Amino acid sequence: MTDTDGGDDVTDAEAVDGVADADAGAGDTADPPENDGQRFDRLPATADERVVPGRPTREELVEWWEQRYGIPPETWDGHTFWEKGNGKLWAFADDVVSPIPVEGLGLRILRARQEHWKPSTNAVQRFGTDATRNVVVLDSEEATRFAKGEDQELPRWDGDWGYVIAAHEIAGDVEPIGVGLYLHGELRSTVPKGRREDLS
Amino acid sequence: MQPLERYASLLEDYDAFRAACERPLPSVVRVNTLKASIERARDALDAEGVAYEATDWHPGVLRLEERGPGTSWPYFHGWLHGQEEVSALPALALDPKPDEVVWDACAAPGSKTTQIADLMGDTGVLVGNDNNLGRLSALRHNAERLGITNLAVTNQDARNFSFKPFGDRTEDEKRIEAFDRALVDAPCSCEGTIRKNPDALERWSLEHIKGIVGIQKGILRRAIQATRPGGIVVYSTCTFAPEENEAVLDHALEEADCEIREWDAPEGFETDPGVTEWNGEEYDPAVELAHRVYPHRNDTGGFFCAKLEVTG
Repeated sequence: MTDTDGGDDVTDAEAVDGVADADAGAGDTADPPENDGQRFDRLPATADERVVPGRPTREELVEWWEQRYGIPPETWDGHTFWEKGNGKLWAFADDVVSPIPVEGLGLRILRARQEHWKPSTNAVQRFGTDATRNVVVLDSEEATRFAKGEDQELPRWDGDWGYVIAAHEIAGDVEPIGVGLYLHGELRSTVPKGRREDLS
Repeated sequence: MQPLERYASLLEDYDAFRAACERPLPSVVRVNTLKASIERARDALDAEGVAYEATDWHPGVLRLEERGPGTSWPYFHGWLHGQEEVSALPALALDPKPDEVVWDACAAPGSKTTQIADLMGDTGVLVGNDNNLGRLSALRHNAERLGITNLAVTNQDARNFSFKPFGDRTEDEKRIEAFDRALVDAPCSCEGTIRKNPDALERWSLEHIKGIVGIQKGILRRAIQATRPGGIVVYSTCTFAPEENEAVLDHALEEADCEIREWDAPEGFETDPGVTEWNGEEYDPAVELAHRVYPHRNDTGGFFCAKLEVTG
């Protein structure tokens, strides 16, 4: 069961951005500050406080979860948000000094700095229980295929395209399984390799 | 199994001990209550027809009758974590509270760390450290699967753990300079894992034990230093050797500002007191307050666990 990729949801975009990471934080003093992939930096509260260009703000992040999935802003009241790696955003349950050079800080929840922000499997499993929008509820067979990492035709979905929360009913309630990418009548599973499971 | 014969003198029922060491361990999971209640996780297992039995001493620690935990929906959702039954003890001894600052000195792959996070209600700051970068990715993977958000992961030698990343000696109001509690689940000769790894004793030697004792003492010393006065440090191993257990505590009592505190094992879980004499050595009588767990008492792996309070 153990896997060593740290549960990263690898996407095509990630592979491209990974190249940019290598340049980040090279630290030419004349240039504006860049994201440093070796440490965690707390996200600015609002755009007015932004120092590192392109860095998402706490306000944007909280709004994004609400607009896209209907997750109430107060869900995040106890959490701080951080960036490490280009566009990789993390949620931490408390607050610590910033920047902080550690290996991990809370839960990686989102990939930003790309046209369509992509939530992580672990984020929607933990916080997607509060979602009211863009939740695709799968039947038993569909859920099993999704957990296995398989793509499937799902013409009945008439909600938004893009990243959706795939869920199913278990033990008396609807529970998020992971993140699907819905395009052209097809639901693609983005469950990372280390999390896929044959539950049939 | 030659090494285990050393312990015949410690046990009246040595044959039962040896017989238990020969039996394979049951597959056990712990419910991660950050993601599901014990009741809901058990309902989900029932619905899938996964047979289990709750342990006598903890309603959220379940012995599975057959398959491993990895192939069920509740596991996929991060409601369950595969964890050897006896290894649930040290986090209970540590008894961490919400919003505290807690250190797990040797955290990977994270069974105990994630249990600590659960006990903290996923609040406060839990620093999970390990010196092995490869094992750290397993820790991160497990913590993320369980939806934990209060864990900061560090990669340091625990013996010289530095608060520098946390703003030590700065004016930053968010700096961390001491822990409220610390768990030292020390690297050890692993004699108690014989039921899980039948070859656990193949590389056993007294020389190896002597080498590892220095590391254990060093990590425990740093944990006591790094914890505030009045704070708690739990020391545990998965081995029987008094050299790695009572002798390490005895050394800490002598060298550091700490006292061993009485801690009752959960009701229904049977333990033996620490030993005060071994191979001609005598230890501080307080080491009797530590808990030895022999495999035949509760049908688990072997273990050792002690609770200390930092006094200075």
